Amino acid sequence: MAKNRYDAIVIGGGHNGLVNGAYLAQSGVQTLILERRHLVGGAAITEELYPGFQFTTFSYALSLLRPEIVHELELTKHGFMPLLMPSSFAPTEDGDYLLLGQDKDENHHQIARHSKRDADAYDAYGHMMEQVVHAIRPLMDSIPPDITSKDPEERARLAAMGSYLADLPAGVLHDLVRLLTGSTADILEDYFESDIMQGWLASSGIIGTKVGPRSQGSGLVLLYHSFGEHDSDYGAWAFHKGGNGGFTQVLARAAESLGATIELNAPVSHVITKEGRAMGVVLEDGTEFQAKVVVSALDPRRTFTELVEPRELPADLVENIQRLKFQGTSAKVNFALDRNPTFPALEGRSDQYRGFINVGPSLDYLERAFDDAKYGWYSQRPYIDACIQSNIDPDMAPPGKAVMSNFVQYAPYHLKESDWDGEREKLGDVVQQRLEEVFPGFGDLVLHREVVTPLDIERTVGLSEGNIFAGEFLAPQMFFFRPAPGWNQYRTPIEGYYQCGSGTHPGGCVMGAPGRFASQQILTDLQKRNKKSS
Amino acid sequence: MIRKTPFHPRTSEANETGLWSHWSGYLAADRYQMSDKFEYFAIRNSAALFDTSPLYKYRLTGPDAEMYLAGVMTRDIRKCQPGQAQYTIWCDDEGWMLEDAVILRLSPDEYLITTAEPNLFYFEDLIGRLSVEIMDVSDDYGALALQGPHSRRILEQLAPEVEDLGYFRVISAKVGDAAVTISRTGYTGDLGYEIWVDRDDAVQLWDRLLETAAPHGAVPCGQDAVLITRIEAGLLLIGVDFHSARFAWNDDQRATPLELGLGWMFRDLASDDRRFIGRPAIQREIEERSSRWATTGIVVDWQDWSRLHNERGLITSKDHTPEHGGMMIYDANLERIGYTPSFVYSPILQRHIGIARLRPQHSAPGSRVGLELSIDHRYEVVDAHVSKLPFYDPPRKTA
Repeated sequence: MAKNRYDAIVIGGGHNGLVNGAYLAQSGVQTLILERRHLVGGAAITEELYPGFQFTTFSYALSLLRPEIVHELELTKHGFMPLLMPSSFAPTEDGDYLLLGQDKDENHHQIARHSKRDADAYDAYGHMMEQVVHAIRPLMDSIPPDITSKDPEERARLAAMGSYLADLPAGVLHDLVRLLTGSTADILEDYFESDIMQGWLASSGIIGTKVGPRSQGSGLVLLYHSFGEHDSDYGAWAFHKGGNGGFTQVLARAAESLGATIELNAPVSHVITKEGRAMGVVLEDGTEFQAKVVVSALDPRRTFTELVEPRELPADLVENIQRLKFQGTSAKVNFALDRNPTFPALEGRSDQYRGFINVGPSLDYLERAFDDAKYGWYSQRPYIDACIQSNIDPDMAPPGKAVMSNFVQYAPYHLKESDWDGEREKLGDVVQQRLEEVFPGFGDLVLHREVVTPLDIERTVGLSEGNIFAGEFLAPQMFFFRPAPGWNQYRTPIEGYYQCGSGTHPGGCVMGAPGRFASQQILTDLQKRNKKSS
Repeated sequence: MIRKTPFHPRTSEANETGLWSHWSGYLAADRYQMSDKFEYFAIRNSAALFDTSPLYKYRLTGPDAEMYLAGVMTRDIRKCQPGQAQYTIWCDDEGWMLEDAVILRLSPDEYLITTAEPNLFYFEDLIGRLSVEIMDVSDDYGALALQGPHSRRILEQLAPEVEDLGYFRVISAKVGDAAVTISRTGYTGDLGYEIWVDRDDAVQLWDRLLETAAPHGAVPCGQDAVLITRIEAGLLLIGVDFHSARFAWNDDQRATPLELGLGWMFRDLASDDRRFIGRPAIQREIEERSSRWATTGIVVDWQDWSRLHNERGLITSKDHTPEHGGMMIYDANLERIGYTPSFVYSPILQRHIGIARLRPQHSAPGSRVGLELSIDHRYEVVDAHVSKLPFYDPPRKTA
């Protein structure tokens, strides 16, 4: 049982809360992590929803996790195991497919089946993206300057950032700006002519965000999703052993081994403040925990308008938080299957299922799927990022059976003429019907189906409006402005109250960086405080 | 014409890459799929099937077989009971290591030995007046390794007696119609088994195994994947980590078991009354602490590795292809203190690791060393520290 007084309390045992708590504990800070649910992980959980089948209910793969977190928290000692996803499979509209793997030259020939020009362009595009990612990694991998600050140190950091960007090769800087401001379609059409290459690559420009591939700003989403890596293979994704729930269990073990206490079934009602200082938290059952450091791993809306009284905060911050766009637009439909489905053009094979399956065969397809969402409805022919994870980690399902995760877009949080409690299973039907088109006989394989709407994400995980990134990836909500100008360095106007969720820089996608950076700020402040008092 | 193993009708169908090596005169798949890393993860997370048939195989029989092995082999075979297996080595009179192998003791008077190099001439010359027969049965059997956390679950479906088979234990069993010998051994440092089968039954065994294993996500794996795992497991490879003293030209090419990290074999030497080949020299080396080398692990400092690549404007390399070269190791004064015959990026440990041969005074775990590598054709020295072997040792291996 947790005691009542700690040095630091972290609200929320999602991946960032766990990372933050682990780093604090590593530095000798007595840390309590409070999780509302019966298991840690937040949106990164794995659950056995059907006997023998492990479902990644929400978050389903790993790429952007910062490698330094793996090393600094010694996660491999606790079972960290990112399994390679060696293939990427994209069915076309006409029953053909694009199947890419780990061999560069074989990939060339696979793409050339659709366009010889695209086969060469793929290398050029890949190199361009790698160069841009490599160039701005240092900015993503550090706490951004506070653009509102007059502090000479902050101004110097801003100037240094300017110099850094000015020193980049002009072409790289230009590509960076194109990505940050342009549309995914504009960029991809510069390189590719085949529908399948455009559609396959464009998916990274829309995932989790209420934009279509032709929306300005979708380039930023494309870039963000390219920041990840698997063993230095930029943009590659991995499937953690046991799913992302397996990963957050690793984090929990690491945090506990470093001395953090994790309390489950401990929903926090609010933060206790006194004269502008955080003093602790109160649980919904009235239990109080005291600490001079309180960290919210929840999203900015909850951090600033629910856990504390907005009237204690500057009005412009409250206004900015209220204007923050959440507008969750993603759903999950997960299946327990009797076996791997059959793709007619590859009958008898299943090696194509060892990575993502991209049901989004063209830019037009994706844009039309977005059209539905623009007008307040869910896509009738949705984009699906599927993964039959038992092909990568056989422990996800009984031998010979299959568990399938389907990330679905678009499913806007706000439906115009109905609500998600009424539409949930109908969305499941739409997705299943689409899968039936790709994999004839799919319906006969279904043993269990789980439909997760944005409303369910909000209800279960607590992410406002079901936004999987805890705040949209839109330029006005990134970097200097994540979650609000002047408050992008993990502190809040309340002394001792910090933020470490994905709503802070750099953002979501199971990066862990917000939790890590917040711990650095907290430890710096604690050091200063200790110096003052000594 | 290159020889083919008894499993070739199946391995040749399974190999999608056309990548083969020559191993002891046989075709051996480097990888079956485009991704050797996928095969690697099969070993570490599900199971993988590896054709080890090219190894030389000898059957020793006769009432004096135990006495013979007790005198030839460095470890005491008398402690290996029927139904047990033993990892052992043999040395020359000077205490230089010749080879290592696993011996299976099938009955009081019958043993099977697998070796990497041919040894019939050497073994037979040592029989003298003993009543031992040594037969080269290399061509009579196929051998398969089934390695990985799912291997027991798979194999016990075919041979239920495997369920209770302990680490380094051996049984005879039947898989379908095929008589097999199964040992709980391997070269991956994971839970795993090695299976011997008459060559005529080899294809049948492959089919049964793969049919049973596939629903577990198991796949055939080639040498590329196994060679990553053996470094993680700290297992030595002849021709890389050491060379047989029989064919060495000078003492720099020779090494003693103590120098190769096998000193644990001599813990009970005081109570061991055998006169095995090389004993006086080994005993002298122990007493005089005269080993020139220690074999240990080194782990590269991840930050320094990244720094060196960043400074050159490069993406940090994390290549899981083993380097069997001999990267030099230095102390703080840039004095050469050793080298790494085997080096690799370990995906499961997320670290660059190497099996290192170091001067003994630098070999304590935690000691800081510098490892020389070439980045963009420039020599750089990256920070590293000494670590114990094995790097990866999951409890399931022996559980």
